[in-house]
Order: sequence, then structure tokens, then C-alpha cells
Amino acid sequence: MLKDITIGQYYPADSIIHKLDPRVKFVGTMIFIVSIFIFNSFPGYFVAGLFLASMIALSKVPPKFMFKGLRAVFMLLMITVIFNMVLTPGDIVFKLGFIKVTREGLIMAGKMAVRLVFLISGSSIMTLTTTPNQLTDAMERLLRPLNRIHVPVHEIAMMMSIALRFIPILMEETDKIMKAQIARGADFESGNIIQRTKNMIPLLVPLFISAFRRANDLALAMEARCYHGGENRTQMKPLKYERKDYMAYLILIAYLAAAILFRVFKL
Amino acid sequence: MSIKLENVMYTYSPGTAYEIHALKNINLDIPDGQFIGIIGHTGSGKSTLIQHFNALVKPTSGTITYNGDDVWADKYDRRALRSEVGLVFQYPEHQLFENDVLSDVCFGPMNQGLSRAEAEKEARRALLQVGFKEENFSKSPFELSGGQKKRVAIAGVLAMNPKILILDEPTAGLDPKGRDDILDQIAELHKMRGITIILVSHSMEDVAKYVDRLIVMNHGEVAYDNTPKEVFKHYEELEKIGLAAPQITYIMHALKDNGLPVDADATTVAEAAESILKALKEKGGQKHA
Ligand SMILES: Nc1ncnc2c1ncn2[C@@H]1O[C@H](COP(=O)(O)OP(=O)(O)OP(=O)(O)O)[C@@H](O)[C@H]1O
Ligand SMILES: [Mg+2]
Repeated sequence: MLKDITIGQYYPADSIIHKLDPRVKFVGTMIFIVSIFIFNSFPGYFVAGLFLASMIALSKVPPKFMFKGLRAVFMLLMITVIFNMVLTPGDIVFKLGFIKVTREGLIMAGKMAVRLVFLISGSSIMTLTTTPNQLTDAMERLLRPLNRIHVPVHEIAMMMSIALRFIPILMEETDKIMKAQIARGADFESGNIIQRTKNMIPLLVPLFISAFRRANDLALAMEARCYHGGENRTQMKPLKYERKDYMAYLILIAYLAAAILFRVFKL
Repeated sequence: MSIKLENVMYTYSPGTAYEIHALKNINLDIPDGQFIGIIGHTGSGKSTLIQHFNALVKPTSGTITYNGDDVWADKYDRRALRSEVGLVFQYPEHQLFENDVLSDVCFGPMNQGLSRAEAEKEARRALLQVGFKEENFSKSPFELSGGQKKRVAIAGVLAMNPKILILDEPTAGLDPKGRDDILDQIAELHKMRGITIILVSHSMEDVAKYVDRLIVMNHGEVAYDNTPKEVFKHYEELEKIGLAAPQITYIMHALKDNGLPVDADATTVAEAAESILKALKEKGGQKHA
């Protein structure tokens, strides 16, 4: 009934990318995003594309999952391309009434499109190969220095992973409640806006009650196991860099250096 | 008048890494007036199957007809279908939302177009039918115990006067007396008003006692579809798919193996008692002769 939304869309597979330390993947994604703004020419984009394609191949995630994320931003992409095409001044390539398409506009639109596509698929690789828990772990570790200035890093990470964990549960719950009420003749589809809002009550009340109950149960379960925040807390699976992670960092640095060189020498 | 499923398949999250084929090629005919039990191990597809009977989920492939009409045809009135085919879900807390029990039970009948007064009449009748006490009618549904919630949820669907009533494990979480009360009430409804009952259950004793047709689900397929007596004859195969026959069947087999000429296919305690008494009498008669 509810279309599966793609938050925390982890795709389980046995690949080198899946096994990398999540910190590497997080930093790698940042570097990749920065690189597509450093590269400023089509040969440069070719290098970035090559890098992206090899990561997709290594991750063993079927490319169709990568491009699922793109469908969501398709409208944004089209709008960006069209605005860049018609609003950039320069040599006119062709005219359609008052709409003028310029050579500079076409180049600009092409660059924006490439950047957006790379941005989305680049971050998809991270979310598809890393579980939300690994990601929050990585962030907790990377942000640990902020502890010095009294930012409660552990607590923030904990809240994030609980919130992420609850999204699919609440989605499923919504689906079940909707079905139970539809079976009793509820109508969630017709009527005007006021009618429809009113019709949501039989869905929202049980949903909120169940969310509060779950939150309460979780709090009790955590307390029963003597959970308390960050200080002196160790992890069952502490993140530890291995050889492949150092190798990955070397590759990332080489890639970033290539991007800077391309920019400096205006390739 | 019947529900018919032809080659029905259902897949959860198709096209993703989490694809689950919950139903594989189901063919079933549910004629009027039967009392049907559905059993199967956890995750065998029982809940998924019954949601097809009132068009809550659309099969991935295959057709479902009610009285000969395809329920997924464009113009088909599925809301009307759902008021004839009532479905009580496994977890009652999913559907309670009103301030008081009576109003909650009125939700269904009022959606069918009844006035508040008429709906209340149906609601009272349904609540009393499931053994819910009148003094609790104005309580908040959230103050009730699990078993009481379950009764209110069942009443919520009963109040709509369905022609076919489907119950997903209605007795889970009830005490033995409450369980017998509710099942007896349902059997009564079946007898008095001739409505079709489909009961999903994990209790072999319950299905053996009440139903006249038993459907066994195994990994999304129908493994057996026959009278309980015939199905429980396959008790060894049932064990292989994570089920069992009623306990009394095992006792009868043990008695027979030890030389008492009883009817080993007895599935209810009453039947078994009769058969044992008869066998004992015969044996006693032989000794005296
Ligand atoms: N909303 C859902 N999303 C994805 N998979 C589901 C969903 N609901 C059920 N499934 C899967 O479909 C299969 C059949 O589930 P179903 O709920 O029909 O089983 P069941 O026979 O009712 O089990 P139980 O006896 O535990 O109630 C299971 O493998 C289950 O994991
Ligand atoms: Mg179930």
C-alpha cells in the first residue's frame, strides 16, 4: 500500500566496499562530492565517472538500485538543466520564439546535470553498502574530538540510530493500521481536504499510541540493562582500521590529488 | 456465492533485495456456509492469504473473484465487498482509536451508512455477543487488558454484520475460558445465521473441535485442504512442516499400538472418549466370554 521509501536502503552483498570501515566510506563520499566541484571540465568529469563506475562495480550492488535514487530527483534535474539552458547568455545556438538556447547554456546545463547525477549516485553507494548503524558509528568516531567542547557526540549518535531504526517499523505499523481500518470501511482516498483530514484520525491515534508505547518500552529496556551515555562506554564491535582501509585512503588521496591537478593545469 | 482464488501469487517488496514470495500459486474455492480453519507454521503466509479475501492486498498475479466478479476489476466496489467480508486482524491494538469502547465498535457500522443510533444498537449486540461486559462500554479502549481489547476488536467487525467472517488468531492471548467462550460464540453465529467463518489458528485442538474444512499452509503453498480428520491422518508429514495433530490423536495412536482396538483417527476429546469406552467394553466382553 505504502510504496517502499528508500531511507536506509541498505543492499546486503559480499563486496570489498561493504567490508570497508564506514569511516572510510564516509570520508570517501565527502572527497568524491568535493571532487565533482573541483573538476570543472568534461575530461575531468570523465575521470570522476570512471572512479564512480569502478566503485559501483566493486560494490556488487546492481546498478538499477543506484539509479533508483535518481528517479526521485529527476524533476529537479530537468528544471536545473532547462533553466541553465535558456537563462545563460552567450552565443545563440537556436531560437524558439522568445526562448534562446546558447552554447554556454548547453555546456553549463551539461555540467550541472553531470554533477547532480554524480552527487546522488555517489552518496547512494555509501547508503547502499553501509547499514545506518555503521554510519552513525562512523560519525560518532569522526566527531569525537567535539567532545572536548562538550558536544554530546555519543548521545546524538544514539538518537540518530534509534530514529533511523524506527522509520521502517513505523512505516510497517502505518500499513497494518491502515489495513485494519479499511477492513472496517474506513476511506482514506476520497472526500475534500477537511473530510480527508478527519478520516486520518482512525489512523493517527493508534499510530501515535503505538509510537509512544514503543518508545516507552525501549527506554525501559535500556534502563533495565543499566544503559547510560557516553562516558567510559565501550563498543561490542569497535571500529578498527585494517590494511584495506589504509589502501582505500591512499586511493582517495591520489584521486583528490588528480582532481586538484586537473583544476590547476586547467585540463 | 463464493470467493475463488485462481493461481494467486503474492510477493512482498518485489524488485528489491528483500523480496519475499509469501504466496505461491494458490487455488482455493470458499463456498457459502463453511467453517474453515487455516493452520501453518509462523511465516507460512496465513495472514497474507486472508488479506486477499477482502481485497486488502492486490495479488502480484492471479485472479480473485467474489460471486463471480473479479474484485480487482476497475469498476468493482471494494468497499462494499469489505462490508460483506469482515476481517479481524491479529493485533487488536491496531484498530482501536475512539474515546470509548462503544464508539469504537460503532465505527464500522457507521461507515456502512447507519445512523449513530442504529450503529449503537449493532455495537451493543456485537459487544454482548463476544462476552464484553456492559459496565465497560464507556471505558477508554486503551485502559483495557489485552484480552478485552481483542474482544472489542472482534465486536468491531461483527457489528458490521458480515456474510463472511475471517479471524486471524482471535484467541491468542486469551485465557482458556475466554478462548472457549469466543469460539463457541463464533460457532453459534455460524450455526444460527449460516455465515461463513474462516479461522486462522495455531491450536490444533481448536480447529479439530470447530471447523469442517482445514487448509494447511506451508511456505506460501496449500499443503492440505480437507476435513480435519483426513488432514490429521497425515500427522507425521504435519510434524515435518512444523505442525502437529491434536494431542488426543497421539494418545489414540499409542493406545492402538498397545493393543486397544480404538479408532486412531479421533481428533476431539469427545470422539476419543467414546471410542475408548467402546473398545474397553469390547475387550471386557471378550474376557468374560
Ligand atoms: N509487510 C511485510 N513486508 C515484507 N514481508 C512481509 C510482510 N508481512 C509478512 N511478510 C513476510 O511474508 C511471509 C508470510 O507472512 P505472514 O504474515 O502471512 O505469515 P503468517 O503465516 O501469518 O505467520 P504468523 O503465524 O506468524 O502470523 C513471511 O515470510 C513474512 O516475513
Ligand atoms: Mg499471521
